[in-house]
Amino acid sequence: MNQARSAVLDSTAVPRFGVGVRFRYDQTRAAWVLLAPERMFVPDAQAVEVLKLVDGSRSLAAIVDSLAARYAAPAEVIAADVAALLQNLSEKGAIRW
Amino acid sequence: MSPMNAQSQIEPPLGLILELTHRCPLQCPYCSNPLALERAHDELPAAIWLDVLDQAAALGVMQVHFSGGEPTAYQALPRLVARAAHRGMYTNLITSGVTLDRARLARLAEAGLDHVQISFQDVQPDSADRIAGYAGAHARKLAAAARVREAGLALTLNFVVHRHNAQRVPRMIELGEELGAGRIEIAHVQYYGWGLINRAALLPTRAQLDAVTAAVEAGRARLKGKLVIDYVVPDYYARRPKACMGGWARRFINVSPAGRALPCHAAETLPGFEFPSVRDRSLAEIWQRDPAFARFRGTEWMPEPCRSCERRETDWGGCRCQAFALTGDAARTDPACALAPDHELILAAVAERPATPPAFVYRRMERAQPSRTASAVITSK
Repeated sequence: MNQARSAVLDSTAVPRFGVGVRFRYDQTRAAWVLLAPERMFVPDAQAVEVLKLVDGSRSLAAIVDSLAARYAAPAEVIAADVAALLQNLSEKGAIRW
Repeated sequence: MSPMNAQSQIEPPLGLILELTHRCPLQCPYCSNPLALERAHDELPAAIWLDVLDQAAALGVMQVHFSGGEPTAYQALPRLVARAAHRGMYTNLITSGVTLDRARLARLAEAGLDHVQISFQDVQPDSADRIAGYAGAHARKLAAAARVREAGLALTLNFVVHRHNAQRVPRMIELGEELGAGRIEIAHVQYYGWGLINRAALLPTRAQLDAVTAAVEAGRARLKGKLVIDYVVPDYYARRPKACMGGWARRFINVSPAGRALPCHAAETLPGFEFPSVRDRSLAEIWQRDPAFARFRGTEWMPEPCRSCERRETDWGGCRCQAFALTGDAARTDPACALAPDHELILAAVAERPATPPAFVYRRMERAQPSRTASAVITSK
């Protein structure tokens, strides 16, 4: 299902945080959190690295390339994970395209 | 287990709800404020709220909800928003929208406000104004919603649904799209306080509820990835209770206009409690050590059938205020649960729903007689 979804995502698409969504580090919980209207997400370590690259100008492909270079992992594998993550957060209103 | 260990297991609160004032231009008959509304001269001064916000950030609060009454009626609101934003907390304004003019909104946006939630009573202006008890309210809300988007702020439309407007939920969702909302709340009336007094006037039929649920599901499917729809069901037709406030004193601290800290906004209806005031106690002390906060936290307090229920950490025993309002005992299982010994109280209320709704009892300061308690209404039937 994730792969099916990622297949329809255009790699030139640029993800950004939705209006009113904030991604920040919380000292009390020692964790990165994603704050949205009436919602809070605590992304796992892998998701945090992806979300740090979401800046409203990097495309999906650029985010994948950056991570592939850093972790010396095949871009296709990373692309599927990143697309699935962002698509999931988009359904929850935290990411917009 | 030592008390130290017990304390260290308490997770920090996620949300702080500030009821800055009970003053409000609207008179909705399902208002979540208590029947005994607090007067302007009892309201906390800004200096205390500012201190509470500093304490909240240090305690680990992530989101601050500025609520009321109508929070924009509180003069120092922009200063409070600025302080919360400065401390890194997410700021949410829960407003009727009728007094949200351009200048006021600009001050709030400049202060760092993240999100505005505007309540709507209906999509049909005459009906909306009648429910709000305020002529012209609906038109003002539409204008305020447009201004929120112009200001670049996130917008939620909140619709409280009941027998008088349930059929228009599809149109409510369309209105959210048209106004550029990122989120819509379709929330059935919760029957405590004013809602309980007006239950016979508001309770939908099962068929109405099913139609609303279908409309919400259709809207969610259609708007996936574009707009989030949150749905709050009425417990009166549910088989299991809702996790009221995400569990007693697990996620939220609510502070009343006069400064009383509560695990939920309706908790003051419960007898035998002395809720602490932020005037003389720190938030950390209240959260970690106050007996009123500890009373129904977790699962230790639970009677059967909750205690051995597999859902005990899902719904946390439902709502304490509803248990009290309907049974007279806040420690009973929420009667909304089909497994509760008192569930017949809910079934009876549904069975007794009148074909013709009675007139609304509007939310008004002068109506709030101490004798007019929720339990008195129940027993007077």
